[in-house]
Amino acid sequence: MADHLLEVKDLSVEFHTAAGTVKAVQNVSWHLDRGETLAILGESGSGKSVSASAVMNLIDMPPGKITSGTILLDGRDMLKMTPEERRAINGAKIAMIFQDPLAHLNPVYQVGWQIAEMMTTHGESAENAKSRARDLLKRVGIPDPDAAMRKYPFQFSGGQRQRLMIAMALACKPDILIADEPTTALDVTIQAQVLALLDELQQETGMGMLLITHDLGVVAEIADRVVVMNAGNIVETGDAAEVYRNPKHAYTRKLIDAAPGKGEMPDERDRSGAPLLRAVGLEKNYGAFQALKGVDLTIMPGETVAVVGESGSGKSTLARAILRLDDPDSGKVLYNDRDLLTISDKELFGLRRDLQMVFQDPTQSLNPRMTVFQLISEAWVIHPSILPKPQWKERVAELLVKVGLRPEMASRYPHQFSGGQRQRIAIARALAMEPKLIVCDEAVSALDVSIQAQVIELLDGLRREFGLSYLFIAHDLPVVRDFADRVIVMRAGEIVEEGPVRQIFEAPRQPYTQALLAASLDPDPVVQAARRDARQQQKGLMPA
Amino acid sequence: MRSFLGKRAIASGVSLLGLIVLVFFLSRLTGDPTNLYLPLDASTEAREQFREMHGFNDPLIVQFGRYVADLAQLNFGQSLRQARPAMEVVIEAFGWTLCLAAVTMTIVTVSAIVIGSLAAFRVGGIFDRMATFFSLVGASAPDFWLAIVAIVIFAVNLHWLPTSGTGSVAHWILPVSVLFIRPFGLILQVVRGSMINVLSSAYVKTARAKGVRSRSIIFVHGLRNAMLPVITVIGDQAASILNGAVVVETVFGFPGIGKLMIDSILLRDFTVVLAVIMVSALAIFIMNLLIDLAYAMLDPRIRY
Amino acid sequence: MTDARILTEETPKRSGAFSRWLSMLWADKFAFFAAIFLLIVLLCAILGPYFLGDAANKMNLRGRNAAPFHLRHGIMYVLGADALGRPLLARVIVAAQNTILVAAAAVCASALLGSALGLVAGYSRRSAAQWIMRLGDVIMSFPSLLLAVIVLYMLEPSVANIVLVLAITRIPIYLRTSRAETLEIRERMFVQAAKVMGASNTRIIFRHILPVMLPTLVTIATLDFAFVMLAESSLSFLGLGIQAPEITWGLMVSQGRPYLTNAWWLSFWPGLAIILTTLSLNLLSNWMRIALDPTQRWRLEMGGRKNG
Repeated sequence: MADHLLEVKDLSVEFHTAAGTVKAVQNVSWHLDRGETLAILGESGSGKSVSASAVMNLIDMPPGKITSGTILLDGRDMLKMTPEERRAINGAKIAMIFQDPLAHLNPVYQVGWQIAEMMTTHGESAENAKSRARDLLKRVGIPDPDAAMRKYPFQFSGGQRQRLMIAMALACKPDILIADEPTTALDVTIQAQVLALLDELQQETGMGMLLITHDLGVVAEIADRVVVMNAGNIVETGDAAEVYRNPKHAYTRKLIDAAPGKGEMPDERDRSGAPLLRAVGLEKNYGAFQALKGVDLTIMPGETVAVVGESGSGKSTLARAILRLDDPDSGKVLYNDRDLLTISDKELFGLRRDLQMVFQDPTQSLNPRMTVFQLISEAWVIHPSILPKPQWKERVAELLVKVGLRPEMASRYPHQFSGGQRQRIAIARALAMEPKLIVCDEAVSALDVSIQAQVIELLDGLRREFGLSYLFIAHDLPVVRDFADRVIVMRAGEIVEEGPVRQIFEAPRQPYTQALLAASLDPDPVVQAARRDARQQQKGLMPA
Repeated sequence: MRSFLGKRAIASGVSLLGLIVLVFFLSRLTGDPTNLYLPLDASTEAREQFREMHGFNDPLIVQFGRYVADLAQLNFGQSLRQARPAMEVVIEAFGWTLCLAAVTMTIVTVSAIVIGSLAAFRVGGIFDRMATFFSLVGASAPDFWLAIVAIVIFAVNLHWLPTSGTGSVAHWILPVSVLFIRPFGLILQVVRGSMINVLSSAYVKTARAKGVRSRSIIFVHGLRNAMLPVITVIGDQAASILNGAVVVETVFGFPGIGKLMIDSILLRDFTVVLAVIMVSALAIFIMNLLIDLAYAMLDPRIRY
Repeated sequence: MTDARILTEETPKRSGAFSRWLSMLWADKFAFFAAIFLLIVLLCAILGPYFLGDAANKMNLRGRNAAPFHLRHGIMYVLGADALGRPLLARVIVAAQNTILVAAAAVCASALLGSALGLVAGYSRRSAAQWIMRLGDVIMSFPSLLLAVIVLYMLEPSVANIVLVLAITRIPIYLRTSRAETLEIRERMFVQAAKVMGASNTRIIFRHILPVMLPTLVTIATLDFAFVMLAESSLSFLGLGIQAPEITWGLMVSQGRPYLTNAWWLSFWPGLAIILTTLSLNLLSNWMRIALDPTQRWRLEMGGRKNG
């Protein structure tokens, strides 16, 4: 009898790439038992998904290569099995779900068929498979399972799609479920529901669950044990609550410190005097869909206003409307008592430099064919009055230093930088315009937690130095907690609640704000466990 | 769906109308067909009578008016050369070309899809490299040259196959093979590229995690997705097989629409030329519709 | 500062832009030889008529249909001679000029016009965009060769007319590609960023959209060059292209056709020239698709390192 259900021993995997051989993971060992949840925690590039891919035989060889190690399933080494034996294990004994369920479901087949295929592949008759697929849809909480069987993936919402993936993964009652960032693409309230579902299903089936995540909150919510990875190595492993309380390794400590939402909240600011920017009654429709239903907002000079909402809340539409990237259908945006929506193109051009934007994904917001120098100096090409040409070089160097990069990087192209560095370049570009207000549209949500903290720190420093104002769009409440002065909570095109940051976090008035706060996960397993118990009790108290 | 169909029909109708006007007027400017049809020693009266009979003496605009009026009653005029209704001549020839195109495209599509998919499964493998190289050579070969080289080798020197005609299956082998090569090369390239993309997609990863067999991954999960860009190319190639038909039919003396077109132009049989234009435009219009239908059938996200 | 990890090995070597492309070309052996072959063809097209124009038209009645691979009549006759005893090697070289010239002119014209129209159609939201696309549909709704045959027969086949007809029939390719690309790039974040900075439409089009789109267009134009060459050759073969005494490869194939049974080389060599040139263009275009895409380029850079 084997010691563990699944055991990975001394696994090393390499990839051959343009930059030479990359050691994706080195001598990684972990194990998983029946009924427990193991989390592999790591940032991008840490190699956290690699060992799971090796278990599922999903590593493309070449360019990948397993250089050492064993993977024992019930004591048998999977790396010594034939491809046919491996195939028979996939889905039947070990199943997997992924981050982006829309991309991971085949777009041209009905979901009923896709779930049933899991069973027919492993020898079930088509008829049984179909009726069980129906039961599974019902079990994971898809409304109207009969109709859902015949629908296609694009006809479901994001959370429902992840439920479909879960139904498919559990079809053959596997011993092990591997979940690779299962809730990362989902809104916080949906994330909480999906995690609860996974927890329930695990209790029912007693399967072992391997959870790969970058999010301390997810670990706190669901994991029994945790493996922390950095740069292809395991730096720490142990009981989830214990690791959080007593991190032994410096990297783990850094990760825990970087988790947002623990710092001092700024004090309430004096909001008398002339506002910098005021939006009144903004409305925007896309066809029959009302993206903005009359939104008002005021930003004072030097103030950071955060707009928080889930997908479809209209928060990005609001940002785009204020900067006139999309013209709203009605309303006013007053800046210096001028309505940005009605002034002439010439006047708007003059005001452009005061209002700048930093986008979510720096990979896409920087033109890949321009050097950093060209990217930053483009501001002065468009607005020659800001800076005479002979000073460009010097100023670019200055700005690069200001955002924490080095002057000699000016001649490089964006793809030669990491994600966090790229976002710094985007910030430098915005600063080149010497703006009064910077709109940050999910400016840190594509970044790793530790990088996220650095970029927010940078933005905060720049605010103090230049007296900037920020309109900070985010989907996640903790991110804005130690940065924003005011918080606006949006839902379905409307403002639900607005107030100073302390009031929103400590005394939220609206049930939706309360729900958002409750759903956002705390990195502390103890806090999270307490919340879980409270939820259970509430459920118990509610009449059936 | 209806407005979509309407837009398509209008675009085709406009182009057809423009083409008919253009060809009608230009063709009358290129010279008098009388001399080509009457013997050299025909009397002036006979010539005059011929012109009168076919209405060549009236002003151009009157001739055009008459032509359009006839069209409205689905009368496409008489072929000068064959002395029978032009449309009859064209439809007869079109039947042959349609057969040729259908046979060729069926073989092309099936073989390109199978070989392209298998090539994509092991990118860089020996099979992939062979398939890629030969499909590139195929896509590069001028069909008229292949046709005459094939005649020299298989008909003249080896006496295996006839040089021209349509009598037996053997007569079809050379024209079909020559027509096959270019579309095959092009479609195979697209199938391969599209399949490579699809095989690296997330849902194929899911299928592998489900333990689905390789064959099913390629031909069930992969192919239907990979077919979407391929369908467009198949449509383009099916339409441009009419191009190839002009050359191939001329070389092999195959009595299809391409040969008819060239012959009619050389003999100034303009009613037939116009009829050919209308029939081909209609054929391409129907072809495009079929492509769009195939799209909607393959991809549930597409609705017109 | 963990994110300040600098990829030191990627320090750009300023001197090496040209040699980097060369080594990427070397990494794909097929493309390398294709490029060399195309260079030779280009040289023939430019210099051929100047040096060999006379030799190509000099009749030698004793050498009529002379067989290839004999040096009896001199090096020019190594590929044989045509029905009038003119050396085929010289004629193939001289004919390169017309063949390449017609294709190049047609491709340039259609690429410029087609992409410009496509950019407008993709960038502007006005109804003009709709009309431009309809125009493309109109051209596409009829087989191009049939169209060319009709028009050329009626307009008299001259170089200008052939270029015109070929250019018009190829416009939709560029039109559709550049419109689709423009529609996609227009929505990308860096274009939005430029808008926020107040960049004018001209600047956005020429500085942000065009450079991103250009590699795709160049790749397509290379592929299309091969297509246009084949089309021109087909027209010449049918007697509707360039007329004698001017020569193109397609016309040479057609001139050799009556002698196929006893002198295959008359048609064979010019046909081989066509096939090799189009094949080279296809290979080069395949290489470009990878080399001009920053996310794919590593395949070639890696291969180069391995082979070098």
